[in-house]
Amino acid sequence: MTTFRRQGRGRPRQEKTVRFSFDGKEYAGVEGDTLASALLANGVHLVGRSFKYHRPRGILSAGSEEANALVAFDRGPGRVTLNVRATTLDLYEGLTARSQNYWPSLKFDITEINDKFSALFPAGFYNKTFMWPKSFWDWVYEPFIRRAAGLGPAPSEPDPDHYTSAYDHCEVLIVGAGPAGIAAALAASESSARVIIADEQAEFGGSLLSMPEAAIDGAPAWQWLESGLETLRSRDNVTLLPRTTVFGYYHDNFLGLAQSLTDHMSEPDPKEPRECLHKVRAAKVILATGAIERPLVFADNDLPGIMLASSAQTYLNRYGVAVGDNAAIFTTHDSAYIAAFDLSDANIRIAAIIDARATVDTRLIEEAKKRGIEVRAESVVTGAVGRFRVKRIRVNRVLASGVSAPEMIDCDTLLVCGGWTPSVHLWSHSKGTLKWKSELGAYVPDRPNENVICVGACNGEFGLKRALETGASAGGGAARLLEVKEDCGWSGEVFGALPTDRNETRIKAFVDFQNDVTAKDIKLAVREGFKSIEHVKRYTTAGMATDQGKTSNLNGLQIASNALARPVEQVGLTTFRPPYTPTTFGVLAGAQSGDTFDVTRKTPIDPWAVSAGAVFEPVSLWRRARYFPQTGEDMYAAVARECKATRESLGIFDATTLGKVEVVGPDASEFMNRMYTNPWAKLGVGRCRYGLMLREDGYIMDDGVVGRLANDRFHVTTTTGGAPRVLSMMEDYLQTEWPDLDVWLTSITEQWAVIALNGPNARKLIEPFVDGIDLSQEAFPHMAAREGRICGIETRLFRVSFSGELGFEINVPAHYGLTIWRKLYEAGREFNITPYGTETMHVLRAEKGFIIVGQDTDGTVTPDDAGMSWAIGNKKLDFVGKRSLERPDIVANGRKQLVGLLTADPNFVLEEGAQIVASPGQAIPMKMVGHVTSSYWSETLGRSIAMALVKDGRSLEGESIYVPMPGATIEAKVGSTVFYDPEGERLNVI
Amino acid sequence: MILIRCPYCDEQRPEVEFVYAGEAHISRPQNPNLLSDDEWAEYLFIRKNARGVHYERWVHAHGCARYFNAARNTVTDKILMTYKTGEPKPSVEEIAEAAK
Ligand SMILES: [Zn+2]
Repeated sequence: MTTFRRQGRGRPRQEKTVRFSFDGKEYAGVEGDTLASALLANGVHLVGRSFKYHRPRGILSAGSEEANALVAFDRGPGRVTLNVRATTLDLYEGLTARSQNYWPSLKFDITEINDKFSALFPAGFYNKTFMWPKSFWDWVYEPFIRRAAGLGPAPSEPDPDHYTSAYDHCEVLIVGAGPAGIAAALAASESSARVIIADEQAEFGGSLLSMPEAAIDGAPAWQWLESGLETLRSRDNVTLLPRTTVFGYYHDNFLGLAQSLTDHMSEPDPKEPRECLHKVRAAKVILATGAIERPLVFADNDLPGIMLASSAQTYLNRYGVAVGDNAAIFTTHDSAYIAAFDLSDANIRIAAIIDARATVDTRLIEEAKKRGIEVRAESVVTGAVGRFRVKRIRVNRVLASGVSAPEMIDCDTLLVCGGWTPSVHLWSHSKGTLKWKSELGAYVPDRPNENVICVGACNGEFGLKRALETGASAGGGAARLLEVKEDCGWSGEVFGALPTDRNETRIKAFVDFQNDVTAKDIKLAVREGFKSIEHVKRYTTAGMATDQGKTSNLNGLQIASNALARPVEQVGLTTFRPPYTPTTFGVLAGAQSGDTFDVTRKTPIDPWAVSAGAVFEPVSLWRRARYFPQTGEDMYAAVARECKATRESLGIFDATTLGKVEVVGPDASEFMNRMYTNPWAKLGVGRCRYGLMLREDGYIMDDGVVGRLANDRFHVTTTTGGAPRVLSMMEDYLQTEWPDLDVWLTSITEQWAVIALNGPNARKLIEPFVDGIDLSQEAFPHMAAREGRICGIETRLFRVSFSGELGFEINVPAHYGLTIWRKLYEAGREFNITPYGTETMHVLRAEKGFIIVGQDTDGTVTPDDAGMSWAIGNKKLDFVGKRSLERPDIVANGRKQLVGLLTADPNFVLEEGAQIVASPGQAIPMKMVGHVTSSYWSETLGRSIAMALVKDGRSLEGESIYVPMPGATIEAKVGSTVFYDPEGERLNVI
Repeated sequence: MILIRCPYCDEQRPEVEFVYAGEAHISRPQNPNLLSDDEWAEYLFIRKNARGVHYERWVHAHGCARYFNAARNTVTDKILMTYKTGEPKPSVEEIAEAAK
């Protein structure tokens, strides 16, 4: 087998052979390789198919900017990561990866036909084609696009790996461990400052690793690197984070770092986390993120074997791999010459250097001559020929107008260089501004928005010497002039699309390789009227792939600028957003997955509910028992039984999740008067009242029963989900509008467990256990509240009912909740005590027409809309929301009002949320006049019941409305929301 | 995640401890009943949506639970200064001074 390894080249390392598999075929690489370098060493250039046209693609780069060589990285079941860059994948024994975007095989891909019919896929194709009818999206367009586009099948199993995270703090965070970053770290860590230096690669050194010839202060640069890293490692105040991508730069120097911990290991310890998220707050940030080489835009510039010039240099100098035997160079920048010389010196034939520029530095020409390399200045490549690998290129001379006739040059590799783009992504995340530097043909950092400084190439300061100087100075080092030997000139010119003699509508000159966007597409977008680069980007999808256009943005911008005949800086630049490179959901979630995904609040009675076989549902952060099925029961059967038992005898319900706020102080009653619609001044001690709270705009915000325990003490309850916002609104008014009121607010939700007993036998059950409270009808009537003892434990006992039955809410200190519940449950057996959950609670309250805020109201419902004007203290001069009740749109006719609905077919239970129309048989779209808010089967009434918000609903009493459902339109009669015991007699069972 | 100095705790803490609470220096009218519909609508709904320095309220929800005021540059998203509820609205010059 041919090998492209070059002995004596590459970083010094132990030549340990590593076997790996690509597309099912076994290969050998060397430890320290990336998948890309190992494939290239085996002569493999074809590694995938492109996203849209399914064109064969190779390896474009040697770093995280890679746009072509995306593979599926397979670490076993549930551990397949798609679209991983082969250039960043560290090789290990047994590594398995596959190419993507083909069917049935990489070399024979049927969908490649997309390429031949590409006239059908112009810019904006998706926008233009898949417009109508809408319903086609679900079952025609999207499946087609997905299959054709080959985004790869996501794993269907849960992620078996786990992830960790840490908060880190430092004085200086350095991003990038190239020469500039290391120089900065050395300088910054001389003091006691805590320094973190992170680099996305496994090995620190950045561009230095590809520069074996460079020298610093007379010694080889690699020696400087070794001793520099040794120094950093020896300093306690320095943290070195390899394989760590700084993916996002957020406000006030808060940065997100994703550290890969085990992906490079052959047999990682399954107990070890796969990745670690470092959340770093840094006093100062030094960005040493380097620059990315730009490809050139010409016909068929995506053929495998066409690669960035500096990447070929990296493969040779760092990995000891020759990317071909016969390389041509196409450049507009000096730096590619150095790549050509390096390759030539390693006995790789250089077919020619084709330079689009008219004048080239004579020193470079001389060096080329020395090596017998032909330089063709003022020439361009206008095409590449080959099936799965470039075989020859088409070269033309640039003339005063147009180009000369083409000449063919044989090569197996074409190295391209269109200049360098400073990696300003993180700088842009931090909202630093950019300025256009025409001599570089690139944007460079201008004004910072944080305590941050860019050094080296990412600041447009190219060359090793400038990297070391700017790095050291940013790190606070004394300005010591280093003597640096390097070969590279850093001069170049920027072209957009290059001149050609070919019909531009017939060729594909790629700008964005990953999204298959061509120069033609960008020109078409401009012709169709898109003038801002942000719009061109979205229309053509240029720069919108997972690489965010790292290699393509500037070329696209230049082409758009040419087409618009406007300077680049007027065309703008698309916005960079985190993450810098794709980041796993796993590392962002960290430990917050599965059971620990979110907080689950459990009541003290929850263990009993678990043992009783409850089915739970989440209600805000709480987990609440929804129903208690007995053997063979579904929810409907269980709820019917629970309702019946409660109405006939006794139900027990865990109401602990009710929000509770204690309002205390000399001005407590005045405060309550201002916060709630109801009057509170005359509410006697020992009494409760239903309280309704509005927002200032007049809409219902919350409700709950409020007990007055003393003149200056109210026990306020809120809805389960509303507790935090009610307390917060109370605090807001108290602190900022009425600081003169002497009132204290305390959340007591967690302090009290609440056991609700409902049913005609409720009093009989508790009477023997209660001390200090006379429970008789006269002494303790409906809406009474007393403090006393139950089972010897202090209690706040409320006689309230959310079911319409005789009811008590027993508040006991939370840690006694379970004990008291158990006691009452045991004693209640003689009354067939039945535990019920939220579902039965909902049915019982709906039968009585009690609303649930957030279900029967939606933030646009006034007290009058809900039929609750009775809850408003009309004599009060003011309360939150009062003035809004006079707003013109709130007093206008035609508002939706809460009504009861009874379906014509008593067995039909309406769908909650279903839309309502005034008459059936209207033409579509029908005019909707409301919607169903609550709907249940009522076992008590032997029929279905519902509540709905209907336009002018109360005026429709006795009339029919209609609910169009799939298959049938359901008729229902409008009536009262109170379906059961309208007189409320059941409350007064003796 | 921005850093915010709570003027009551007198500590700079991360944004996750705080909750935004809308524009500052809008007092609830003493007697809403005397206001015209337009005046009431102005109080209820009309906000500056400033580009640049914006006076706004925050509450140290996971801290001291106090509401306070802040001046923030909505372009850079930098909190320029914070001050206690009831303290006078600082001028642009005072904010610039405090931001140093
Ligand atoms: Zn505070």
